[in-house]
Amino acid sequence: MKAFDYVRASSIKEASQQLASPQTRIIAGGTNLLDLMKLEVMTPDTLVDINRIEFGGIEKQADDTLRIGALVSNSDLAADVTVREHYPLLSRALLAGASGQLRNKATTAGNLLQRTRCYYYQDLAMPCNRREPGSGCAAKEGFNRIHAIIGASDACIATHSSDMAVAMLALNAKVEVQSVDNQKRLLSLDELYRLPGDTPEQETNLAPSDLITAVILPAPIVSSQQYTKVRDRASYAFALVSVASVISMQSGKIDYASLAFGGVAPRPWHNTAVNELLMGETPSTQLFTKAADLLLADATGHGSNDFKIPLTRRTLIADLQKATGSNS
Amino acid sequence: MQTLLKINGTEHTLEADTRTTLLDALRHHLQLTGTKKGCDHGQCGACTVLVNGRRINACLTLACMHDGDEITTVEGLGTVDKLSALQSSFIRHDGFQCGYCTSGQLCSATAVMDEIKAGWPSHVSDDLSADITLSGEEIAERMSGNLCRCSCYPNIVDAIQEVANKEIS
Repeated sequence: MKAFDYVRASSIKEASQQLASPQTRIIAGGTNLLDLMKLEVMTPDTLVDINRIEFGGIEKQADDTLRIGALVSNSDLAADVTVREHYPLLSRALLAGASGQLRNKATTAGNLLQRTRCYYYQDLAMPCNRREPGSGCAAKEGFNRIHAIIGASDACIATHSSDMAVAMLALNAKVEVQSVDNQKRLLSLDELYRLPGDTPEQETNLAPSDLITAVILPAPIVSSQQYTKVRDRASYAFALVSVASVISMQSGKIDYASLAFGGVAPRPWHNTAVNELLMGETPSTQLFTKAADLLLADATGHGSNDFKIPLTRRTLIADLQKATGSNS
Repeated sequence: MQTLLKINGTEHTLEADTRTTLLDALRHHLQLTGTKKGCDHGQCGACTVLVNGRRINACLTLACMHDGDEITTVEGLGTVDKLSALQSSFIRHDGFQCGYCTSGQLCSATAVMDEIKAGWPSHVSDDLSADITLSGEEIAERMSGNLCRCSCYPNIVDAIQEVANKEIS
């Protein structure tokens, strides 16, 4: 690990000011950052520890939204009684990710901003446009079993690794961001995340001095919520494919549908046209197949990850069958 | 950089480079070698310790971030004369072969007891709000962050299940 200075910030403003220097990084849980610093994929010259700043816990707001402070641990969020009751999808996604030890350390904001687990991103001996812009992409012609089938570019085919963010996308969460001017603004996950395009090194639309201070979940809706994750091991493995669904039914028809997908794209993925296709329809395997066709219309495999296209189709259909109780 | 660590009830003042992980501080600076280094990347769980009562991977955190924190390592779970319930259960059930992962397994299992008592659900809990069934599947899922290359898993699960059944009802 390269040497660095360690600074403990006592306020959001102070942390944000520190971030003006490009070689400065925030450390919260540190489970991803320290791993990457050991590999020298990340080489900050200053770490700003924000763990002693008060970002708030999990609080129901006057408008029935739920505010989750940036430093709430993945364990506390998964076990929270309100989350378990009203946003079970979020508990399920968190519990399907990492291990008990990591969930105790990993934070809400850190989970959103975690880096890809692409093998080539983590291997300094290999070219990687995300780590070193312009160096090339070793994954395209390499071993790309875990890589993206949707939303990738010529420059990068890495996937986003979070389970939590997939659930938050399906739940239409907003990210509360604060900068040096102390002004708060809210971003949807569509506004937060970028697709790789020609600049895979720019993963989000956050400015250098922006800090995520909270995630806001909209008021709960009565719905069936599922998180279906397919992985190589039964526990403690990243998703090959995951589907998050929030479905409500009325008079035998799908009244509301919000789906999101993990393991398949460079960011937590969704396609609002797929949601719209489902709404107002009577659930059936035929309908779910049409939804999968639409979702995967532009999907492309890169060799070792070709299997993800039929796997996504089957996982989506299985998730919707469970969510709607329709097997026919 | 100076850091005050309260380890197993004793205060230690650590003077170490900022890069020092909590794991290296324990093993190399404070000679508390019960905590083991396996992968050093948060994948194996051999370095599991309790910080302020919660289990974490000591390899993925910096010692300087823990100024004033209470840390429990395997040395703090029991003594040779008075083993913790989990320690004696691991012996009774033959819950190890080479023993390298055992201190991490013990620290992790100690925290699992508290997590179950607090009603935390797991990935395999059918109902997120119901009482937790202390099945082998539940124990195995909660312990999935601790690998055992000798593959003593059935005996480790039995050892933990016996204590859980006694302590949690």
